[in-house]
Amino acid sequence: MKRIGIDVGGTNTDAVLVAEGKVIHSVKAATTADITSGIVASIKALDAAVDLKSGVDALMIGTTHFINAVVQRRHLTRVAAIRVALPATGALPPFTGWPADLAALANGGAWQIEGGHDYDGRRFMPLDVAAARAAARQIRERGLKHAVVTAMFSPLDASDEEAIAAILREEIPGLSVTCSHLLGGIGLLERENAAILNASLIALAEETIGAFQQAKAQIGISAPLFVTQNDGTVAEAARAAAFPVFGFASGPTNSMRGAAYLSGIKEAIVVDVGGTTADFGHLRLGFPREANAVVHVGGVRTLFRMPDLISIGLGGGSHVDLDAMTIGPLSVGYRLTTDALVFGGDRLTATDVAVAGGLLDLGERRRVAHLGADTVNAVLRRAKEMIEDHVDRMKTGAGDVTLIAVGGGAFLVPETLQGVARVVRVEHGACANAVGAAIAQVSGEVDQVFQGTTRGEAIAAARKLADNRAVEAGADADSLVMVEAEDTPIAYLPGNAMRVRVKVVGDIRVT
Amino acid sequence: MKQLSAEDIEDLAVGAWILGTGGGGSPYHALLNLRRLYADGARVDLIDIDELDDDDAIAVVSVMGAPLVILERLVDSKLIARAVSAMEEHLGRKFRAVMAIEIGGGNGMQPLLAAAHLGIPVVDADAMGRAYPEAQMTSFAVGDLSPSPLTSIDPRGSEVIIARTPTWKWMERVSRKICTEFGSIAATCKAPRTGAEVRKWGIPRTTTKAIRLGRAVAEANRRHADPIAAVLEAESGMRLFAGKIVEVERRTTEGFLRGRTVIEGLGEDRGGKVEINFQNEWVVVWRDGKPVVSTPELICVLDSESGEAIGTETIRYGQRATVIALPASAVFLSPRGLDHVGPRAFGYDIDFKSVFQS
Repeated sequence: MKRIGIDVGGTNTDAVLVAEGKVIHSVKAATTADITSGIVASIKALDAAVDLKSGVDALMIGTTHFINAVVQRRHLTRVAAIRVALPATGALPPFTGWPADLAALANGGAWQIEGGHDYDGRRFMPLDVAAARAAARQIRERGLKHAVVTAMFSPLDASDEEAIAAILREEIPGLSVTCSHLLGGIGLLERENAAILNASLIALAEETIGAFQQAKAQIGISAPLFVTQNDGTVAEAARAAAFPVFGFASGPTNSMRGAAYLSGIKEAIVVDVGGTTADFGHLRLGFPREANAVVHVGGVRTLFRMPDLISIGLGGGSHVDLDAMTIGPLSVGYRLTTDALVFGGDRLTATDVAVAGGLLDLGERRRVAHLGADTVNAVLRRAKEMIEDHVDRMKTGAGDVTLIAVGGGAFLVPETLQGVARVVRVEHGACANAVGAAIAQVSGEVDQVFQGTTRGEAIAAARKLADNRAVEAGADADSLVMVEAEDTPIAYLPGNAMRVRVKVVGDIRVT
Repeated sequence: MKQLSAEDIEDLAVGAWILGTGGGGSPYHALLNLRRLYADGARVDLIDIDELDDDDAIAVVSVMGAPLVILERLVDSKLIARAVSAMEEHLGRKFRAVMAIEIGGGNGMQPLLAAAHLGIPVVDADAMGRAYPEAQMTSFAVGDLSPSPLTSIDPRGSEVIIARTPTWKWMERVSRKICTEFGSIAATCKAPRTGAEVRKWGIPRTTTKAIRLGRAVAEANRRHADPIAAVLEAESGMRLFAGKIVEVERRTTEGFLRGRTVIEGLGEDRGGKVEINFQNEWVVVWRDGKPVVSTPELICVLDSESGEAIGTETIRYGQRATVIALPASAVFLSPRGLDHVGPRAFGYDIDFKSVFQS
């Protein structure tokens, strides 16, 4: 078994080779504007050190690109949100509860029309096709390229979403339409929010994953490309491009899984300081603690199953403002090697301060010689306070915790912190996320309605389907384990109907 | 009378969810409605039961139905306001104020939504002191007050008035049927009450109690203190068990969500195990085959870390939860009260025994 794991962060592109359960080598390259050349550079650097010629089984790429876009309010596309639920839900239109700045970037307009279903499968209102066509014309006039359709109870009956999507595609050739039932279960607002975030990121996702493919072709690797997902598993590239939100938290998930793997510690707080953000998570039994159902992404309420994380704008590339004494949330990102002072740029970053303070040896130190010790200490103290505050927020008890510090910006984490018993750093820790990507597994998931069977039979049938899907996705059949099984009864449908959700995970099959 | 601040409303949402004892539906959508109404300049006043005149007419409101359905139909403040107006049209007189039938869950906030549209105050009282699944499980039913009339509203334009039913059970059956036809959700205005009836049979000051609970959780979280300890202290509650959810089973029968969950102990409860049965709300906690606490006492399952309530609809494997009990309102501890809401009313052949007296 030989796998390349790559993590494309806002600032750095990390690559590792994992073979027979060991990290053979890790490298770090700068993320580039085109993404491709950064990946190519990282794989070439890896190739220079170890042999990649023979038998790589899979290339697994994870990226924080998509969540960074939401956090930083960048690269988002305006989305037309169509809700099919009138005369219900009108009091809470699409984008309700969104932070104003994010809504201003993503809100391409909201249309509410009649239609949808009830929980027992009956139609709620006849689908207002004329209103859908009218909405489509307005969407076309506004020149919007991405739309979302959310119909009442679409996880149980997706036909209205599919019908509206067909109308939209017919009226507006080339329009990308995200149907909410593919992004979540019951919970109209949260499902709609997830779909809107997804649609606003598709353009970025297509570009990004296209760049991944290009890099793979350039380097001449024929092994399949997988993209890592929120739960620590991987998806094939095409699916990942259509559903960027499922990769939202994959960066931090990979870091935490990698941190557990590298340190052998299974209970700890992990902080992964990258170039743009610092992510705080809680490892339990070697896996990230999952958030309790509702997850806020960039201030938006969703129902993703994601690790319970706090992400703040603190990283090696963070802008430093000496007048306000603030660090971040803006970051120079991948332009660190041109924009940061030590590299001859004119932007003061956290990296510059660390170089001035002797924590790092990067670029030209003389370019930051003007930063006095007091200034350096004040900035580093500010970073320490930010980290202490968020470690404290992740804690579940009053006692001191173990903190595993990983990521390229881990130099901002001091050796002693309030509330922390010890700070653990690991070999290859700067590339923990790439290690997590390389050890990721494949999953298969089923979410469907079963009738006329017992609960046990329904779950067994769903399990079988999920197993098949996992094997199709590249899993080794013998390694599959069921990690989730959930059933929800649906009353007023004949035959003891129930909705069953099953998920299995397994190792990638090596051929 | 006291005007509720925007902060009061946020705290009320958290406290009402805890008093929902696993059901009652999340107050989140009602909160979103209220935030919008407050942003548009609406304000809601809270009136104490001692400020009511004997013959004041008081509207009693709730949204009936399955919390699961509310997650898709959402909450529209105009519907509950319409239920009250429809009742005024039926009665030919205006209401002095509006109150909740149940403070627990989203229904604890419904009177505020109606009040914001209608410009009348909300009474600081309810008829459950928590959430219960059925219409006869109220202090008004225990007091044998009239169960009718009732208005029931669907957003598609159907409005039903149930002019008369002989008993609360009949009201439950008939109104539940209508609710089911509407899609298992309906905005309702229950049998109107007089000021005198509310003072005699209402459970007083439960809105301020919910606000107090919500504030205790919010402040504990702000100080990084234990929010569960703060809840227990605020309302003389009892900690029963803390652990991890290892089993959840749900089935929908007769329009109710029934089922059970098993919690395996962690920390000081390691090695132990409790099982909790539910019918929309938590009904009985069992340990080693013996009932530990049951209705009418409040069983609250709280997220061990955040202190926020976990509902029977959303509880899932792996969650860390702490089970606590809060005292029941005295009206439900009488033999008549126990007939309505004791364990036998939920089909459990066990005698009620207060966990606070053991």
